[in-house]
Amino acid sequence: MQYAVLLILFPLIGVIINGFFGRKLPEKVVGWLASLLIGASFVVALSLAVQLAGIPSDVATEPAHGGHADAMHEDVIHAESTHDAGAVAAEELSHDSHEPAATEVHGEVESHEAMVDAHGEAEAQDVHGGCEGCEVSHPSVNVRHSRWLEIPVFTWIHVGDLDLGFTILVDPLSVVMMLVVTGISFLIHIYSIGYMAGDPRFRLFFVYLNLFVFFMLILVSGNSFPVLFIGWEGVGLCSYLLIGFWWGDMSKATAGMKAFIVNRIGDFGMLVAMFLLFHHLGTLTFQGVFEGAAAKWGADIGAPAITAITLMLLMGATGKSAQIPLYVWLPDAMAGPTPVSALIHAATMVTAGVYMIARSSVLFALAPAGMTTVAVVGALTAIFAATIGIKQFDIKKVLAYSTVSQLGYMVMACGVGAFTAGIFHLMTHAFFKALLFLGSGAVIHTMHGALHHVHDHHTDPQDMRNMGGLKKYIPLTYWLFVVATLAIAGIPGFSGFFSKDKILEMAFMMGTAEGLNPGNFLPYALGLIAAVITAFYMFRLVYLTFHGDYKGPKGSAEGLHESPPVMTMPLVVLAFLAVVGGYVGLPRVLSHVNHFENWLYPVFAPANRILDVVAHQVHAIPPGQAFHAFPHPEPWLEWVLIGVSVVAALVGISIAFTMYIKKGLVGEPDEKQAGFGKVLWQKYYIDEVYDALVIRPLIGICRFSWRIIDAAIIDGGMVLGTAKAVHWVGGGLRRVQTGVVSNYALMLVAGVLLVLVLFMFR
Amino acid sequence: MELTIYHYLLLSTILFSLGIIGVLTRRNILIILMSVELMLNSANLLLIAFSHYIQNATGMIFVLFTMTVAAAEVGVGLAIIVTIFRNKETIDVGKMNLLKW
Repeated sequence: MQYAVLLILFPLIGVIINGFFGRKLPEKVVGWLASLLIGASFVVALSLAVQLAGIPSDVATEPAHGGHADAMHEDVIHAESTHDAGAVAAEELSHDSHEPAATEVHGEVESHEAMVDAHGEAEAQDVHGGCEGCEVSHPSVNVRHSRWLEIPVFTWIHVGDLDLGFTILVDPLSVVMMLVVTGISFLIHIYSIGYMAGDPRFRLFFVYLNLFVFFMLILVSGNSFPVLFIGWEGVGLCSYLLIGFWWGDMSKATAGMKAFIVNRIGDFGMLVAMFLLFHHLGTLTFQGVFEGAAAKWGADIGAPAITAITLMLLMGATGKSAQIPLYVWLPDAMAGPTPVSALIHAATMVTAGVYMIARSSVLFALAPAGMTTVAVVGALTAIFAATIGIKQFDIKKVLAYSTVSQLGYMVMACGVGAFTAGIFHLMTHAFFKALLFLGSGAVIHTMHGALHHVHDHHTDPQDMRNMGGLKKYIPLTYWLFVVATLAIAGIPGFSGFFSKDKILEMAFMMGTAEGLNPGNFLPYALGLIAAVITAFYMFRLVYLTFHGDYKGPKGSAEGLHESPPVMTMPLVVLAFLAVVGGYVGLPRVLSHVNHFENWLYPVFAPANRILDVVAHQVHAIPPGQAFHAFPHPEPWLEWVLIGVSVVAALVGISIAFTMYIKKGLVGEPDEKQAGFGKVLWQKYYIDEVYDALVIRPLIGICRFSWRIIDAAIIDGGMVLGTAKAVHWVGGGLRRVQTGVVSNYALMLVAGVLLVLVLFMFR
Repeated sequence: MELTIYHYLLLSTILFSLGIIGVLTRRNILIILMSVELMLNSANLLLIAFSHYIQNATGMIFVLFTMTVAAAEVGVGLAIIVTIFRNKETIDVGKMNLLKW
């Protein structure tokens, strides 16, 4: 497995070759070299995935039906006994020695199944019996499993107790991320060869893209928080460089700075979380942190320290994954070239926060308040961004708010304990959102060509009010775009449906599991409304762009042409993925095996076990029956939930159809915006609010520090003041130097006399 | 009346004071130089007196050195004064105040 390091090295080689020696290379060579290196990385990731799948999992996945409670305990104990039977036995002894059945474990590890049944039942009886004083089961966590491979590359930091290696972690979760990152990146690199053709800084663009992939792979494959953080900061840097790629335009340069600064706020949270983790646990590797946290706070669920840590981690995620309140940079980030929007600001980098939350699932599971906050932030972001998307006219802005909204879904999924569903949606979203962005890029490319045809440099090629009727000019792009739109809207059969439905189902089940309090259904309700709105604004986009009459400048219609194959071919591949990507995780009523869930099961098993204990402590649910461990509704309920999701999507689509096809509405020009629509069009004036609440006071403080503290007090008072005082004193004292020898002699005698007198009266 | 050490001390003090007064009050640089010599010699007198008083010849040898140094000093001093006089046509110290602020 040592070759896993190639995964990270290939993009780096691209950076070095193109960055340092590529000056003389022709465009085509630079572009294809960069693309193929990413392709090579993808092959490495694929091979890692195959190899990992070849290792039998020692964490038994759930059985298809029934027997949940026993099986759950079997999983964990089975996992532990395989690794270190002796140590586990001792641990079991210390925890459960009051239970007669448990002592048998140590004698015969082979026959653990029978014993486990007894163990599970004994524990269940404890709870049913309402034994208040007796020891509640203490979640001991074993993060390592047979598919958790750590490949050390080199020792990075070795100081005192801290021993951090630069180590690649290959486990089911990181492999999913590697495949998504390298796969999507490969397609987008190829697309960029067409999209960026002729750009004077073509080479630099590919250097940045490769550098981005390099850091993104470090982010997803690090085995500790600091290594993750290197990637985290590195992708932030690349994001900044690429948003402001065309910095000649001041607004684009500003958008880059905004993204960079807003992300720093989130990074502050990440850093504080890491400091806290190190302070409390003395280690920063994933394994050490998760096992240490479970041991330290397992008996003290929701302790202030772990809650603070999870909230700080969430702060980091809100920055990188564009959640409320730090989402404001993402829509502006669309100033970058469209492939960048597709790759960094839709498919990969912005999902880093979701990945980080999922990776830290054990920590979040230990802090119920943190989990709830995550769920609420995600749900609010999902609906908030979706409503803004309704009234945007820039085709990329609509997609940007859609991305924020979908990221909200993923975060909400993590918040309700549905980590698998969150990662599933992350993957399908990467497919269809990359396709949507690249499709919009193709549309913009086409519009640009058309406007160029009539030498029109004033009309905005991204404004949907200038499009319309493009279906007949660029049919291939249209159909690919429709596929992605159906996927994001949640139409059955497309990937987005399966993942979104899974998230909504889990959100619903969380509501039922924690009692039928309406507040518990808030995430579900918000998610469902957001689904309606998503379907609406996506079809609004399609109708405004591709249907109706062409509204561009006169004569420019002849300039509308389909994009070159180098751009459309990646779209075809992505469209294929956007359709079939969902079939790895079919809902339970349609398939006995959910491959995706089984694949990620070992990663989230520890967190699920803790959540199970939490549920039984906080909500008095018998162990093993909590929804987190086996979150399956009854088949009839699942059908109902699927039906509701589909109806939601259809409602959104039909509203869009009525408004934009039947009534033939077109976008109102800027000056005709009014009422609540104007508030939405102006994005709830959030930027203005931030400007008034944060930026202006900050500038005020800076001005005060500059003018008063720095210029007046430090420069004027302390630096120049000292000089003036010395000057003044010196001006007086220099009069002593008369230049007359007699005076000096007098002074000398006076001095001698003084010394004499001093000696005499000593 | 026998001469005691106290008489030598008194004479030496008087001579030294006269030297100081001369240095401080006179404006003629030659007289200032002579006053300095007077002070030096008062010190020499004291050295010899004590040398005799404690019956130790070190003091007397020291006086020889002092006189040598004084001779050298006068040589240098007079040379400087001559140079100053050639440049400024005066030997009044009150007028030699170039090295002032």
